[in-house]
Formats: sequence, structure tokens, C-alpha cells
Amino acid sequence: MKKTIAGTEVDVNEEGYLTDMSQWNEQIAAAIATEEGLAALTDAHMKVVRYLREQQAKGAALTIRSMGKSGVVTTKELYDLFPGGPLKKASKISGIPKPVGCI
Amino acid sequence: MSDDKQPVKKMSIIVSRGSLDGIYPALIMANGARMEGIEASLFFTFFGLNALANKTLDHLKVSTVGNSALNMAMPMLGMPMTVPFPTVMGAIPGVSAFATHLMNKEMEKLDIPPVREFLELISDSGGKIFACKLAMDMFKLKKEDLMDRVDGVLTVGDFYNESAGAGTHILFT
Repeated sequence: MKKTIAGTEVDVNEEGYLTDMSQWNEQIAAAIATEEGLAALTDAHMKVVRYLREQQAKGAALTIRSMGKSGVVTTKELYDLFPGGPLKKASKISGIPKPVGCI
Repeated sequence: MSDDKQPVKKMSIIVSRGSLDGIYPALIMANGARMEGIEASLFFTFFGLNALANKTLDHLKVSTVGNSALNMAMPMLGMPMTVPFPTVMGAIPGVSAFATHLMNKEMEKLDIPPVREFLELISDSGGKIFACKLAMDMFKLKKEDLMDRVDGVLTVGDFYNESAGAGTHILFT
């Protein structure tokens, strides 16, 4: 379905994840972050977002373990940056699909 | 999600078994809870303490004896699931270690960490790790014998208090 986020019409699924990551921009990220209850997207958030988008573009399966080992962010920092479901929220803000794994 | 569904707010998981296959499901459920923003506590009792004791936790094995669900496909021997794994075979020295090795290899492919790293991951994510006082006394274990991420040694009563609150689910494994 279509949804207008930050003045741009994008395709999203029923949970609000972008279905085409190329439609994403930083304003969209900021708007989704607000919807998800984050106060602001800092550089630390954006580092994670950029890493997630790179990994997604490569087709890598994302897990909380691989994030912790990425060198971009520690597990603790990831939970602090995106409280209440770090990988899910970060993925949504990054404009990539919801992670499908259990780890 | 419809509004009348009460969300799960916290999972308190009791781990009473000490084999690799007895411990992993609890670790996966606890980590999965944290990933969904659900609080998680693990309470290790009886043989579950093997997952916390420094001497045993890196050497946990799949149970190949008395495990009637184990079949020739599961330890990745490439045979059909319908062929049972003979218990007699499971008793041969080294077989449990071999089955464990094969299972660990498959889990690594799925990015499931080894037990110690998994406990660290859960602890870093804000999950709590507790040991049962009674079982500690029974096995003559002290807090120093346990891995460093253990948040405390609790009585059963302490554990129930720790689990208090609407939306908490207590799961026994």
C-alpha cells in the first residue's frame, strides 16, 4: 500500500516497513523514528541505519548477534539506541524489510 | 494487532535441564523476547546450572541416550527423520560429542552463538540471569563457580517476586 511519509509517497507493507528500500531518504527515516517513539536520530543511530542498509543491499541475513559483532555498535548500545525491539525498529527506520530470523 | 490482546511484557524462563538441547530453547526464547522489547529473566535450576558453571558451560552435549525423539536426520547424518537414532549407539563413547559437534556446526550456520556468548548476548540486551539457591547448595556450587554475567542467586520466592507484574509469563523448560 501507499503511504506519505515526510512528504514523500512510498510503498509500505501493513506493518509500515518500506517495501522498496530505494524510496528511502533521511527525512523518511526521521519521520519513522518519531512514529516509533525515538526523540531524534543521532549520528550513532545513523551509523546503524547506514550499516543495515549496506547489509540489506548485499543480501546478508541480519541477526542481533551479527550486529553486535559488526564493530558498528555493541549489543548494549543497539538496545539503548532503539529501545523496545532494536533490530525491528532499526530496520523499519532504515527502510528495509522486517528481519525474519529468530536470533 | 487488535487492542483486546494483552501484550506479553515479561518472560520468566526456568531452565531445569543441562543438555545442550535442554538449554538452547530457553536461551533462544529469552533472546527473542528481548529482541521484541519484552523483558526476560532466566532462572537456572537443577541440571540447568550446567549452563552457568564455568567448568561445564563450554562443554554441554546433546543427549543421545534416552532421547526417543532423536533420529538419524537430526544429528545431520543425512538419513531420513523416520530412522530412529539407536539408544545403544548413543551410549558409545564419543557419539554424544560427535552429535554435539554436528549440531553446533549447524547452529553456527544459523548464527546461533555458543552458550557462553549467548548468555553474554542476553545479558547485554538487558535480560537477567539467575541461579537457583537450592540447586547451588545441592551441587555445592558457589557464585564464584558461575560465569560472570549471573545477576544473582535466588530462592524460589525471590524468583517469583522478581517475576511479579501483569503481563509476565513464567515458562518451565
